Amino acid sequence: MDLNFTAKDLAFRKEVIDFLKEELPKDVATLVKADIAVSKEDTEFWHMTLHKRGWLTYSWPAAFGGAGWDPVQQFIFEEECAAAGAPRILPFGLKMLAPVLMTFGSKEQQDHWLPRMCDGSDWWCQGYSEPGSGSDLASLKTTAVKDGDDYIINGQKTWTTLGQHANMIFCLVRTDGTCKPQAGISFILVDLATQGIDMRPIRTLEGGHEVNEVFFTDVRVPASNLVGEENKGWTYAKYLLAHERNGIANVGISNQKLSRLKRLSLTQKRSGKPLAEDPLFAVRLARLEIELRNLETTNLRVLDGFSKGAGPGPESSMLKIIGSELEQNFDDLTRRALGRHAQAHTPEVFEPGYNGPQVAPKNMANQSAAYFNKRKVSIYGGSNEIQKNIITKMILEL
Amino acid sequence: MDFQPTEERRMLADMVAKFVQNDYPMKARLDAGATDLGYSPRAYMQMAELGLIGAMFDEDIGGFGGAGFDIATLFTELGKGLVNEPLSDTALASGFILAKTGHLGLVEQIISGKERVALALIENGADYDWTMPETLATLLDGAWQLTGSKTSVKFAYGVDAVIVSARTSTSDGISLFLINASATGMAQHQFQTVDGGSACDIELNRTPAILLGLEGCSYETLDAAAARSTLAICAEALGIMDSIKTMTVDYLRTRQQFGTVLGKFQALQHRTAQMLLEIEQAKSAVTNAAKDLDAPTDERNRAISAAKYSIGRIGCYVAEEAIQLHGGIGMTWEYDLGHFAKRLVMIDHEWGDQDHHLMRYAQS
Repeated sequence: MDLNFTAKDLAFRKEVIDFLKEELPKDVATLVKADIAVSKEDTEFWHMTLHKRGWLTYSWPAAFGGAGWDPVQQFIFEEECAAAGAPRILPFGLKMLAPVLMTFGSKEQQDHWLPRMCDGSDWWCQGYSEPGSGSDLASLKTTAVKDGDDYIINGQKTWTTLGQHANMIFCLVRTDGTCKPQAGISFILVDLATQGIDMRPIRTLEGGHEVNEVFFTDVRVPASNLVGEENKGWTYAKYLLAHERNGIANVGISNQKLSRLKRLSLTQKRSGKPLAEDPLFAVRLARLEIELRNLETTNLRVLDGFSKGAGPGPESSMLKIIGSELEQNFDDLTRRALGRHAQAHTPEVFEPGYNGPQVAPKNMANQSAAYFNKRKVSIYGGSNEIQKNIITKMILEL
Repeated sequence: MDFQPTEERRMLADMVAKFVQNDYPMKARLDAGATDLGYSPRAYMQMAELGLIGAMFDEDIGGFGGAGFDIATLFTELGKGLVNEPLSDTALASGFILAKTGHLGLVEQIISGKERVALALIENGADYDWTMPETLATLLDGAWQLTGSKTSVKFAYGVDAVIVSARTSTSDGISLFLINASATGMAQHQFQTVDGGSACDIELNRTPAILLGLEGCSYETLDAAAARSTLAICAEALGIMDSIKTMTVDYLRTRQQFGTVLGKFQALQHRTAQMLLEIEQAKSAVTNAAKDLDAPTDERNRAISAAKYSIGRIGCYVAEEAIQLHGGIGMTWEYDLGHFAKRLVMIDHEWGDQDHHLMRYAQS
């Protein structure tokens, strides 16, 4: 057993740090570290920057043009990107759809769609949840009916993240209503410009627009857009959900939040003294730091298992639960650290050219909104209750 | 021993509940919260006319209540409806201070809703600790002038006057001053708050002010006013939690997944039961604080800190748990829960958070 990063790992880490120092625009990093939503333009710019370096597809197998990194290298890359304040790589195409296409898609589909993800031609979004099918995803009702060389889709999807920027959506649809729910689902790719699609914004509790609902009325989609076999979509969907294994614990983001919070605790004052000297605050911070150190090793232990051949499995659920709750706890404690200033809602300070007064420290002006927004991370991608069901079944075998 | 509210307080609660139901739609509340004022002056005046401000004050200063249980009853009902009008911020504490310092004419105006007076205590660097103001008052030709800055003064935009805490050049004890809203040398920076309201940062530069009470001797008055306001927002939080509990239980009873209602899943049943237990504990904490509001200072402050700590801890837990039990729908602006949750969490940031009060209790 050797728990240290190898010399190769360390050299790799330096390469990533140097790249980020050179290429990541400071103004973008400032917004990311302040938990401000990244604009479409900044996201596309960052994707292109990574693409030029060959790192956009870092999580892909080398055979498909991936960087050929092992799981530990991927972990290091994600950690350094988060520490630097790089915009998140959008997962919908590159990390969710791509592995499904690589494993279950046709050669034509792979050749057509995978390069378009890399060069920015397509912005993918996800059509999984429905108003009546959240945790119980398999009960979904959106139908696709074969009509000649097409499918005709009717129904409604919801919680479609950043759908307002997307031109393509991958959907789970019902192609057989007569069997067990899981056995009648198919996986299909839909061009959002097709007639009959209506995308409407959902405003979240803190006031932002990140998610959408998508309505399908007699939407005609070529049958060649079906991925894999008809009625096998549930298998592909499960593969997709379990496959996003590496970054799910969000250790990098929590590390970044920890150092930000430590800096804040030196400048925020209570009764004239730095918050860091408040014993109750110091204890809260220490607890989170310990949890994070533990999670980091839990994550690496799981990754070590993967690199020795264990497939993506229920361990992802473990990392998702601990990681999402820890990230929320960092947002919670950051909000607490702001004291009275946590009440201020002043997104205007991030507008270009804003020159007026500030209430909270500038990089903290969106913290309470971010705290409320981040309540989503224990709900989306299979709520933490669903993850516990998976652990109960797959690991505990109860 | 009898935990039943008196007939008068039951009537007060019914009246507020009826007002919320008939005259206080959520959309209007949210729209008003997004304005510079941060609330509806029309609704504020309606509540004054119903006597709700009067219910916060003793009979001998023109009110018809003023006891801990009057304040708790009123604010619990206001909380259930997520009422945003700043009865605690521009009437309760300021009215109490003005009454204690003999300005009964102004108290009468406050009770009638015609005048609103904000209270500016918080300074950068001290945060929740209002006991050590740096704002400085100097006496010049027999008239006081204030210089300094105050932050996060809730609902100070559009008020008629502001009460400001300061030390003077001749005393380190706290003095309180009244500043007219149109006074020279006062600059306000208005901003919105996360819970759908408004606040101001205030800069004072040789601003003319009237001394309230005696120079350097206002600590006890301010401490008593703080106790009243703290009780008010604790009771408000209790009302909010009551509504959140109702929303959550209703949702678990109706939302179908896996072929049955969510409420049939034992994991969720137990979590909801735990939420109920915690809210009952919070209710007892508020009851204790209401009972001891006019007790000797030490006793009062222990009960107030116990309540504010309990409310802070339980409030954040209930807000987070209720959103999680709802799932995605709890994350949306359209569904009321999120607005209740935001106010509930923000209550922990007013008048000292849970850690502040836990420490104050431990050291008392």
